[in-house]
Amino acid sequence: MKITVRVWRQKKAQSAGRFVEYPVEGANPDMSFLEMLDVLNEGLVKKGEEPVHFDSDCREGICGTCSCVINGEAHGPESRVTTCQTYMRSFKDGDTITVEPFRAKAFPLIKDLVVDRTAFDRIIQAGGFISVNTGAAPEANSIPVPKHASDLSMDAAACIGCGACVASCKNASASLFVAAKIAHLNLLPHGKPEKDRRALAMIQAMDAEGFGGCSVTGSCEAVCPKGIPISFISRMNRDYMVAALKMRE
Amino acid sequence: MNSFWKLVTSSVGKKLVMGITGTVLFAFVVVHMIGNLQVFLGRDAINHYAEFLQTNAELLWPTRIILAVCVVLHIFTGASLTLENRSKRGVAYDVKKIVGASLVSRTMFISGSIILCFIVYHILHFTTGTTNPEFMALKDAHGRHDVYRIILAGFANPWAAGFYVLGVGLLGFHLSHGVRALCETLGLRLENYAACIDRTAIVVAWILFLGFASVPVAVVLQVVR
Ligand code: HEM
Ligand code: FES
Repeated sequence: MKITVRVWRQKKAQSAGRFVEYPVEGANPDMSFLEMLDVLNEGLVKKGEEPVHFDSDCREGICGTCSCVINGEAHGPESRVTTCQTYMRSFKDGDTITVEPFRAKAFPLIKDLVVDRTAFDRIIQAGGFISVNTGAAPEANSIPVPKHASDLSMDAAACIGCGACVASCKNASASLFVAAKIAHLNLLPHGKPEKDRRALAMIQAMDAEGFGGCSVTGSCEAVCPKGIPISFISRMNRDYMVAALKMRE
Repeated sequence: MNSFWKLVTSSVGKKLVMGITGTVLFAFVVVHMIGNLQVFLGRDAINHYAEFLQTNAELLWPTRIILAVCVVLHIFTGASLTLENRSKRGVAYDVKKIVGASLVSRTMFISGSIILCFIVYHILHFTTGTTNPEFMALKDAHGRHDVYRIILAGFANPWAAGFYVLGVGLLGFHLSHGVRALCETLGLRLENYAACIDRTAIVVAWILFLGFASVPVAVVLQVVR
């Protein structure tokens, strides 16, 4: 396959960025999108040019590190996949592919396609945990978990924190991420003691990091590689309302 | 410690304000539509209904005040959310494909603003009679305020009828997303209900549009005369 990659190049946060077009000769349809970028970078290194910086880690769709917007869609044209699971067969020979970093004020750009997503870590620190004593594993049956609650909690726990919801939302809102993390813990008995505090603290942290609010457009669920539905955002709003009405925290 | 103010001015808190005020306004438009449809029952029915509303000042004024407060809160909070949300992207995308998000969900502020213009005109037209002072003098055989003839006279002007249809069309548009969004905001649109709520919102929006629009259309087509 012969394709042209039109990619955002920016040296560092403070410098001005621009799009640069690179022809990529050695791509084939079975390569993942990141492997195609590897081919591009090998060529650049051979020519003594600076390679295109991008994030990746597991390359199997579970770590959520690979962040970029491909032809205007977070994680590229296919649904329910990450960038590392996007294959070149989704593109046509001769295509020009525009690759941009995730854009959000809360995700400041570091270099080229790499953005700083530590805002998500700080939201988790605000309440995305449960307080238990460490030590020997407790008796498994001492806390019964209803099946529907564990199923739903596991659906929420599928969130890999990639940030595609933020990249795609017109408000750069992190609501889907935060909702998934809150639901994951609030649905389980283990998360109940801190349920109210968690909902309030994580939503406050989300606002403080500079993410927008939810307008219920649904573009986050459409690009989510794990197919997490926005009904979890409704659940988050409910938890927030209940916590606010109790006014204890 | 969270103060009440801090809780209602968070992003979710503001949405709750939108959702609650939106629900009150939605409930009002449903009742208003049902009231309007009495025009099809004839002059006596709707004039009687209008008299019933206007002679109960103890009900009329609290309702008006609650509605006015909701409208003001809805607009201010909506404007504040819209401005805040628009500022969060930073650098714009060069190529942006819209996935998943409907047109109506992305243009709530625009549809809302036109609805606001319509509401102002509508009140000046039919409630205060500022645009047409002669309307307020109309009385029927029982000496009642002749709402039936006001409607006929009001929609005799095809521009007024056209703007009315446009206004209620945008109201339906706003609510085709609004009803779904308010369920989401108020924590009702959970897994099993989501699809049903989304479909119901669209059906409800159509019913409201057709119910409201049927009155001026019937006058223009002289079905009601
Ligand atoms: C009778 C008139 C109106 C009704 C029945 C109505 C109803 C609603 C409802 C039910 C919602 C959804 C609330 C939620 O997301 O929880 C909504 C959202 C909204 N409305 Fe209205 N509305 C009306 C007039 C207006 C006006 C006059 C404006 C502003 C000029 C406006 C601006 C908005 C905006 C911006 C949103 C979306 C907020 C967001 O999600 O970011 N609406 N409306
Ligand atoms: S690199 Fe881990 S999800 Fe793509």
